[in-house]
Amino acid sequence: MFLKEYIKDVWGAISSLLKGMKLTGYYFMHHNKEAITEQYPDNRKTLKMADRFRGEVVMPHDENNEHACTGCTACELACPNGTIKIITKMEPTPEGKKKKAIDTFVYRLELCTMCNLCVEACPTGAIKMDQTFEHSVFDRRLLTKKLNKPDSKVREGVE
Amino acid sequence: MFSLSHITDLVNAWLYQQFPPTLALLLQFVIVGILVITLFSILGLVLIMMERRVAAWMQLRLGPNRVGPRGMFQTVADTVKLIMKEGMTPNGADKLMFNLAPYIVMMVSMVIMAPLMFADGFQIWDINIGVFFITAISSVSVIGILMAGWASNNKYSLLGAMRSGAQIVSYELSAGLSIITIVILTGSLQVSEIIAAQQTGWWIFKGHIPVLISFVIFIIAVTAETNRAPFDLAEAESELTAGFHTEYSGMKFALFFLAEYVNIFVVCAIGATLFLGGWMPFHIGSWESFNHIMDYIPSSVWFFGKTFFLIFVIMWFRWTFPRLRIDQLLNLEWKYLLPISMFNLILVTLMAIMGWHF
Repeated sequence: MFLKEYIKDVWGAISSLLKGMKLTGYYFMHHNKEAITEQYPDNRKTLKMADRFRGEVVMPHDENNEHACTGCTACELACPNGTIKIITKMEPTPEGKKKKAIDTFVYRLELCTMCNLCVEACPTGAIKMDQTFEHSVFDRRLLTKKLNKPDSKVREGVE
Repeated sequence: MFSLSHITDLVNAWLYQQFPPTLALLLQFVIVGILVITLFSILGLVLIMMERRVAAWMQLRLGPNRVGPRGMFQTVADTVKLIMKEGMTPNGADKLMFNLAPYIVMMVSMVIMAPLMFADGFQIWDINIGVFFITAISSVSVIGILMAGWASNNKYSLLGAMRSGAQIVSYELSAGLSIITIVILTGSLQVSEIIAAQQTGWWIFKGHIPVLISFVIFIIAVTAETNRAPFDLAEAESELTAGFHTEYSGMKFALFFLAEYVNIFVVCAIGATLFLGGWMPFHIGSWESFNHIMDYIPSSVWFFGKTFFLIFVIMWFRWTFPRLRIDQLLNLEWKYLLPISMFNLILVTLMAIMGWHF
């Protein structure tokens, strides 16, 4: 009985090791096809990013210079390290009432950890993660960005 | 047939004709020394390049591709960098031992070269206890490693060296037992005779199952003896920074690094000699014409081809298998490899007595 277990052990070890060697052997033989290395500065034009890569937070604007941000500050609350600061203002509506709207969406790239929590918190889908990653600048102040474009306003019907 | 033995005989005759015997012998020593050192440096460059390339391809990377055509000069650049670095000796270290250790490790791998047969009639010293000599000398390298670990005055170094000691002492046993199976079949310890016995076929084919088992055990044991992954506990980067050579820098580190690769070459050369027929071409029983064609490939090509194939297999192990824990390592040796190789030894002895091999 002991011998049976022993031989089974040895057999299991050998077969599983051979299975692993088969995989790496396959990779070795097909390295031209399978290699996943990107030779970055050389292939800047044809660089392919992974889908889940997150580079920075952006706020997409449509052709009428309108975005979907209502200034609810859900992203600011969701941010774990104070990357986002939203400055709101009161704007008059056509009916004569005053309505809260966004004045400045301040995004501090140097504090951001790309955790994606703000994008998940946003109820209107106003912000998303972009895949740009060449962020180095000579002046640190340039990393504090204003995400909403000048004179942009919230899209009609977004509440 | 082209053979290197003509050249060596010619040089030998010329030296003895020109100089008195003592001086001729000394000159031969010098020539052999220069050849061995040249082989060492070439092996270092080629094997490290090969290792990096194999590692990259198995991990779906590209590997070195910047220095020279297809990155071929990367190891040369690395060597130049290591030469330029300062070889520091820590204050608390035992100065003599610390500086002696890399040379001992290096010298051991040089001395093992002596009985190896690189081609037909191309051998430094055809000693009649060749295989025994190899196993005896190769266990000296553990002294160098222990010396390095102890003299460094560093807990990582000491731990690495102690692990390495336990490991080499244990795996020497099963490596020795699997070498003995071939000695039983050949009836000789002399390297040239072991190769000559494989004229009609390599032992791995002639000895079928028992020799195949001992070949597998030999490969596992020498992987452990050369301190390579999955048995690289002696330097386990993630646990002990660099193990026994944590404190070494510059060329002293390079000597350890080089000795590791040369040791791989040496053990693979021994494996190729014992199991795959050394420089002997691939012969199939009585197929005269096939054997004749195989004879046209130079013997040195056969030897280096087999050796590099085994080196590739060992590199394949390294980049596939995860590292063992120290208790798993000793379990593997004492509970599995040693009993199996002892049983295998009986099997081979029976086979040799009854003549069941081809």
